[in-house]
Amino acid sequence: MTLPIIRLSGLDKFYGEFQALSQINLDIKTGEFFSLLGPSGCGKTTLLRAIAGFETLSSGSLQIDGLSMEGVPANKRPTNMVFQSYAIFPHMSVAENVAYGLKARKLPKVEIKARVAEAIDMVGLQGFDERASHALSGGQRQRVALARALVLKPRVLLLDEPLSALDKKLREQMQSELRRLQRAVGITFVLVTHDQEEALTMSDRIAVMFDGKIAQVASPQILYGKPSTRKVAAFIGMMNFLDAKVLAASGDNVEVEVQSLGKLTLSLEQATGGLNGCDSVGVRPEMLTILTGSQTSEREIEAEVTEVSYYGDMTYYDVKFPSKEDPITVTMRNTAGREVLEVGAKARVGWSTSSLLLLK
Amino acid sequence: MVGFQKWRRSESAQGLFLISPTLCFALLLLAVPLVMVAALSFWTQDYLTLDRTFTTANYVTAWTEPMYQYLMARSLKISIFVTVATVFLAYPVAYFISFHVAPKRKAMWIFLITIPFWTSYLMRIFLWKVILGYNGVVNGSLMGLGVIEQPLSFILYNQNAVVLTLAHAWVPFAILPIFVALERVDRSLIEAAEDLGDSRLRRFLRVTLPLSMPGVIAATIIVFIPTIGDYVTPRLVGGPNGLMISNMIELQFKKANNAPLGAALAISAMGIVTFFALVFLWMNRKYVRGPS
Repeated sequence: MTLPIIRLSGLDKFYGEFQALSQINLDIKTGEFFSLLGPSGCGKTTLLRAIAGFETLSSGSLQIDGLSMEGVPANKRPTNMVFQSYAIFPHMSVAENVAYGLKARKLPKVEIKARVAEAIDMVGLQGFDERASHALSGGQRQRVALARALVLKPRVLLLDEPLSALDKKLREQMQSELRRLQRAVGITFVLVTHDQEEALTMSDRIAVMFDGKIAQVASPQILYGKPSTRKVAAFIGMMNFLDAKVLAASGDNVEVEVQSLGKLTLSLEQATGGLNGCDSVGVRPEMLTILTGSQTSEREIEAEVTEVSYYGDMTYYDVKFPSKEDPITVTMRNTAGREVLEVGAKARVGWSTSSLLLLK
Repeated sequence: MVGFQKWRRSESAQGLFLISPTLCFALLLLAVPLVMVAALSFWTQDYLTLDRTFTTANYVTAWTEPMYQYLMARSLKISIFVTVATVFLAYPVAYFISFHVAPKRKAMWIFLITIPFWTSYLMRIFLWKVILGYNGVVNGSLMGLGVIEQPLSFILYNQNAVVLTLAHAWVPFAILPIFVALERVDRSLIEAAEDLGDSRLRRFLRVTLPLSMPGVIAATIIVFIPTIGDYVTPRLVGGPNGLMISNMIELQFKKANNAPLGAALAISAMGIVTFFALVFLWMNRKYVRGPS
């Protein structure tokens, strides 16, 4: 296995009394698309800026490519950044913006020209070379920011919420484009985002952060399918929670008493974050089914529909389980012939023990 | 009549009514005197009466007489020195306030810079006389310390004193536009320049300075235009070698009793100032771009 391109160990960052980052330990692999995901104020941008060299660490160490970055200013680090505001130089044309870093490195004019043209090509801005930067749209500005950073062939490209300023359609287009670019250039990308969907679709691995700490680092599938805590589970996609109490554990089996569902036997693997302190059971809305006619399921429970949200391809139901206050969300695909239930209707909800997660 | 009624309710008419007090004031006290001076410059003084036949003789004298050429050149030179000195002194102060003063203290710093205006301009010039004079603060201290035997004479009643006094008077006016321009520089642009590999000095030269140029040019115009026509300062601290074109204009209007020549000199000086102002404006257009 190759060395990690970025190694963070025991990293702390204080602003006066406020601890923005606490004990961050993280390895980012060479060539992967890595995302830092979390709600605003969780420290993800601070962490990215610390890697770029714009924030000094209070303690801990940061290595890039095996070298300690202590005392190395941002302009000497093998990283480049795409800023949230894109930070396009307003007094320069597109080509001058892209050439900025190459000129800082005092490369020969011919080489600068060739590399700028190549980078502008790569991000699909052919013919915009001489365009003044204030005459660019949001998407074009982002492409300039990308070209300006990638033209320097950094070891790591840092992206600070690069898609948050774009409208939905353009954002989705840029998501796949960023992914394509990353595969083409083979550079490690570190993306900061608060949009879990964006992180899931783009990343090889994701670090979920809360309150300056990393809660879980995993691939999108594992993060969604096996979140280690209730907080992560709630942040990534939708999750229904039911109170639970562990009664006994023996070998590979755990006996639990679950609100509304009764006494169950789960596998130890379903306690994704370990058995200690588990007090709830989580189940994704798509793992529940509203049974119609003669349909059956491994387990069934009687519920009452309290809210219906129709999305065209999907219908989101809020149903009330017996002996539980909060509604449970069930999502159903609107396949041919499936009837959309109305508020107040009785429903049989099908579920299976294997789709439950035991969480703390 | 209907047309007038309609016009009266239009936006441009309302705008015109809004500015009309200022407009009347400006017309009466700026435009009218200016037209009078311009007219005067084409007439001839005939002892106590004015000969109102059109002549360009005053302009010929103003532009060819060596003394006037010399005074005009000196005024330009002093005012260029003052402008350069002022902008160079003002930029670091503005930069410091914009980049190194905590945001909540900036207002206080700007307020402190206006303190010199609490005393009248004349008082400040007289204070410079006290400081720079033969028995003044500078000479007294230096002699008391034994650095010099005789009082220095080159520090008052010459062009240096004029430059010094004017620069001191105009620095606050130069700090403000430069400060405003620096405040408008997006800090992430400077970080981007650093991220792309520029050292502190290079990112200042390639990003901060070009983006603050509109402020520098505004400061240049604000200082250059009034100083070229200043006549109190050269009169009080300039001595015989520090006199400027405005002192000559005053002389022509009063003692020399040749108002038309004075008017021609004034209009000529205005023309030169206008020329420079246009050059600065043209330079500014290069830097002022659309919203980013």
